[in-house]
Amino acid sequence: MTKKRKVTFPHFGDYCVPIEYLMRQGLDMDYVTPPPMSKRTLELGSKYSPDYVCAPFKIHLGCYIEAIEKGADTLLQTGGVCRLGFYGELHEQILRDLGYQVDFINLAMANYSKPYTFYREFKKINPDLSLPKVSGALLTTIRMVESMDAADDYIRRNIGFEQEEGAFDRLRADFLNSLALVESQKELRYLAGNYMKRFKAIPVLKPKRPLRVGVVGEYYSVMDPFSNHYIEREMAKMGAVVARWMNISNSLFHYPKKEIQARIRGYARYNMGATSMATIERALRFAKKGYDGIIHIKSFGCTPETDAMPVLQNISADYKIPILYFSFDSQTADAGIQTRLEAFYDMMTMRKGAAATG
Amino acid sequence: MIIGIPRALLYHRYHCLWETFFEHLNLQVVVSRETDKAILERGGVCAIDEACLSSKIYLGHVESLLGRCDLVFVPRVSNFGQRDNILCTKFEALPDIVSNTFRHRGIKLLDCNIDGRQSENELSAFMLMRKKLGKKRFQTFYAYMLAKQAEKLEQDSLAREQERRLEEAEGLKLLIVGHSYNVYDKFIGGPILHYLKALGATPIIADRVDRKRALSRAAELTSTMPWLFNRELTGAVQECREKVDGLILLSAFPCGPDSLANEILLRRVSGLPTLNLLVDSQEGAAGIETRLESFIDIIGFRQAAKTAKEASL
Repeated sequence: MTKKRKVTFPHFGDYCVPIEYLMRQGLDMDYVTPPPMSKRTLELGSKYSPDYVCAPFKIHLGCYIEAIEKGADTLLQTGGVCRLGFYGELHEQILRDLGYQVDFINLAMANYSKPYTFYREFKKINPDLSLPKVSGALLTTIRMVESMDAADDYIRRNIGFEQEEGAFDRLRADFLNSLALVESQKELRYLAGNYMKRFKAIPVLKPKRPLRVGVVGEYYSVMDPFSNHYIEREMAKMGAVVARWMNISNSLFHYPKKEIQARIRGYARYNMGATSMATIERALRFAKKGYDGIIHIKSFGCTPETDAMPVLQNISADYKIPILYFSFDSQTADAGIQTRLEAFYDMMTMRKGAAATG
Repeated sequence: MIIGIPRALLYHRYHCLWETFFEHLNLQVVVSRETDKAILERGGVCAIDEACLSSKIYLGHVESLLGRCDLVFVPRVSNFGQRDNILCTKFEALPDIVSNTFRHRGIKLLDCNIDGRQSENELSAFMLMRKKLGKKRFQTFYAYMLAKQAEKLEQDSLAREQERRLEEAEGLKLLIVGHSYNVYDKFIGGPILHYLKALGATPIIADRVDRKRALSRAAELTSTMPWLFNRELTGAVQECREKVDGLILLSAFPCGPDSLANEILLRRVSGLPTLNLLVDSQEGAAGIETRLESFIDIIGFRQAAKTAKEASL
């Protein structure tokens, strides 16, 4: 038998847990979780990346290098409908030029309309793959992602009002640890149900009409807390309900493309590319539901999200809802973000107060 | 009825097709003036700060057409149906960017949707425009056919002319690798072409090679590059690399596709002196003159050293 592959994928929020499950159980490979992201990850990534490429590219490159140092020999990159579609080939070239001897599974080589071609890409690396095994594991992986997303959704809405500092974070860490040990779908179902009950049992003290903030934006930066400097948590901790629709379950498994296009027809007639449609539709929905503010997150230079901004500005004007725009690159500093968040929070509080008395 | 066309972005690639089409429908066409300082500044005001320079310039052109025409022509182009070979998402978003940016300024769009994967090809997109233009089916079809023919003739003659220049020109020949909307723009590429000529070099424009042949040769350098225009440019480099003395990669800040595609070229095309030029809205072409001058000097030194080495052997 050949040596087991040690595969890695860049950090993406905490989705490394389900990805590890898929790699181990479905594809029969070992998985190397990249070291937790740090300033070094960013510095390594930026050093070897083209200057003005989007931040996720640099972060991914940093994660790859750190995972290789930790023993990974096979790197995984997805395809995508924006620049992401070309990440893999350039990452591979840069790493080869740096002298790393690794294999690459580049899913941009697969054809999206033919799911079997994805399987083919993995098969190139591991010829012993078994299709039934992969599909079984894939199903469990999907369920795992869904249970994580459901929990995170609840946490975002409540963590700002927890009675005991850190209760949600502790239980969430527990939850992720247990997920990492799951072996079957049955076990997963039990675990997810159990933890959801425990999340809901954490005492929270919410005011009758708390501040509500909706978060929208570019795929990677909005879902990866390290990339957006933990904005959601900071916002919630000031005392706000934070809502975000964009996650893997909604965008990948249950994406309502037709409904989204129909709902925003008044603002955008065509698909404006990548995540821009979901961004616009959610922003519009937050506005219609009377949220107190919207935060828009993207990496610097992200074309589809930049193009959604004129539409967001119009929604902001039409529904009188403030929108705070964040654009991250590898240079963004924490302090400036905190100040802007605080000012935004104060402004929303004042508006809410004025609306209540006026 | 007067149709306004912004002299920016895809105009530089499709002007012949578009103008001929509208003219054969007996419509008057107004094309905005060449990019100047005012257009650039107004575009910067209308656009989102982070948008690429090329699209800022586009919005400046659109604004300059307001009040001067009945409809502004803003097509949406996503892809032409082949697998891969998509366009930058900017071109998918353009009609909605324009209508959202100028929604209180009485703008009326003439848009069409070219999205081959959703079975909306160029012909059907142009045919659908007849409804807004009040034209008959046959007349529209005829105009499109004539426009296609004119486009082909123009492209062939440009490619032939350039091939001749490639064979016959004296002095340094430099391949300009950049999107047509940057190379032919008065603000972005204009000063560069002008200065190269003043220095006695011949600019060879990667956009002016036989596009089909270039596209088929792109696969020699890249397997997954998704963008049609960048693939053509990559293939053009393969076509011309033996015949030119250097490459100039010309991009507008912060172009998404170029940020990756240029890096692949820099890493995979060896043996040719390469200059990476990034134009932004603040500096424009300032400072670029010095860089071009020293680039040409370097090529000269290298070639002199090479001939000296060969002579001594």
